Amino acid sequence: MSTSVKSAVQSTQPATRKHAGSKSRRILSTWGPPLAVFAVILIAWYLLADYLFGIGRKTVLPTPNRIVSESFFGRGDPITEDLLRAVGLSLSVALIGLAISITIGVVWAVLMSQGRWVERSLFPYAVILQCVPILALVPLIGTSIGYSFESRVLVCVLISLFPMVSNTLFGLQSVERSQRELFKLQNASRWTVLTKLQFPNALPAIFAGMRISAGLAVVGAIVGDFFFRRGQPGLGILIANYASRVQTAQLFASIITAALIGVLIFLLFGWIAKVAVGRWYEPAS
Amino acid sequence: MSTEPLLDFSGVAMRFPNGTVALSGVDLTVGRGEFVTVVGPSGCGKSTLLRIASGLETASEGTTALGTTRIGYVFQDATLLPWRTVQSNVELLAELNHQSKKVRSAKAKEAIDLVGLTGFEKNLPKQLSGGMRMRTSLARSLTLDPELFLFDEPFGALDEITRERLGDELLRIFAEQNFAGLFITHSVAEAVYLSTRVIVMSGRPGRIVDEFDIPFGYPRDPDIRFTPEFAALSGKVSHALREGHS
Repeated sequence: MSTSVKSAVQSTQPATRKHAGSKSRRILSTWGPPLAVFAVILIAWYLLADYLFGIGRKTVLPTPNRIVSESFFGRGDPITEDLLRAVGLSLSVALIGLAISITIGVVWAVLMSQGRWVERSLFPYAVILQCVPILALVPLIGTSIGYSFESRVLVCVLISLFPMVSNTLFGLQSVERSQRELFKLQNASRWTVLTKLQFPNALPAIFAGMRISAGLAVVGAIVGDFFFRRGQPGLGILIANYASRVQTAQLFASIITAALIGVLIFLLFGWIAKVAVGRWYEPAS
Repeated sequence: MSTEPLLDFSGVAMRFPNGTVALSGVDLTVGRGEFVTVVGPSGCGKSTLLRIASGLETASEGTTALGTTRIGYVFQDATLLPWRTVQSNVELLAELNHQSKKVRSAKAKEAIDLVGLTGFEKNLPKQLSGGMRMRTSLARSLTLDPELFLFDEPFGALDEITRERLGDELLRIFAEQNFAGLFITHSVAEAVYLSTRVIVMSGRPGRIVDEFDIPFGYPRDPDIRFTPEFAALSGKVSHALREGHS
């Protein structure tokens, strides 16, 4: 047999070049550029903070070392413990909200994939959900169902649901015509087509949706918190409080922590997707 | 050889809802042991003919009779499920027909063996070449043990060497299994080389303009392609194709 079998190249790696591809070199090319940008940002930050300090506005932008020393370790007013507690709360709101979004989103999309008329009946509401200004809804949720943990989860779900619905639907519907006909020729039932063809076909899109929704869920958890300003303090309440008290170092520390959580969740879901479908899925490049 | 034809079309026409007439007045009979190839210009409705035979479309006029329910269908592309291994892809049709794991796996093993893919059972489609994917697709249809085998330009996307090799493999399997084949292609050489009979269709709406019996027996020596007889036949088919097109 002349046809050779290509080795299972990990398609998730951005085309690693062949020439002298030593490991350290690859690590450098992966991490080098973003780290260089980070260094530039830090330098610019110091320069800007110094300039603002020079014109007497030292509270506007604290230097990075002040953020670290005043917020996280010892000196001044360390908030590490408050931050950790807030992160725990916001993270659980985000993860529960995300789990609910994933479940509702997938079920919603599966229903819509079962018939044109179902899609026509239900899709507009997914769009409306996406278009309603969530900031206007948050106070309404607070006054009507309270400022509890559940209301924060609800805000989270409202923000993170749409990508799950639209991505799953796209995945379910993007089955090739010939593959569908392959099943049709064997008189496969709707259920069989869904479970053996459409759903596996949709998995890469579903995971891509999860990645987007996960980031939004973190945002949702913080936004809900920020506007409620009641109950146990999550990250949103911390941010609101530090902002009103002009504790800029602590404010920046909270914002950076919130962003880090978002990034970590994004990476986590990228990794989950790679483990789940990376084996067979080749993104069109 | 059974006298009952496995496919019998009479006066078949196809008019789509948008008014396009894809086929008109097609009479076609294919019996066991026959390998019939249809050649025609693109868009002449030759694929539609196959889709009607498979039941994917219903003819708008004429009668269509099938002598079997065991019908294999090979698509233009391999249509493998990318998340399944070769083994699992080949088992798919038996799985959809609710056969037991044991039966499925035995059938798949036999079919994989027949198309020369033994040793690649655990590979995923993305790890296979185009030719190997098509072999997998062929094996998948073979598990149905088809009496009527429909091919919709299956080798169209392959390079010439792979294409010829797969053609030879197909003929070997045909000689062993003795099914009735209906093969669509736009390559005259492929048509003459593979078949017992070549049908030439005209441009839209597709009509049968000519038929040629191919006198070569099986197994066929690949070198018959270079005989004067083969060249003469190919010339006639090409001529009919041009006539029908104008």
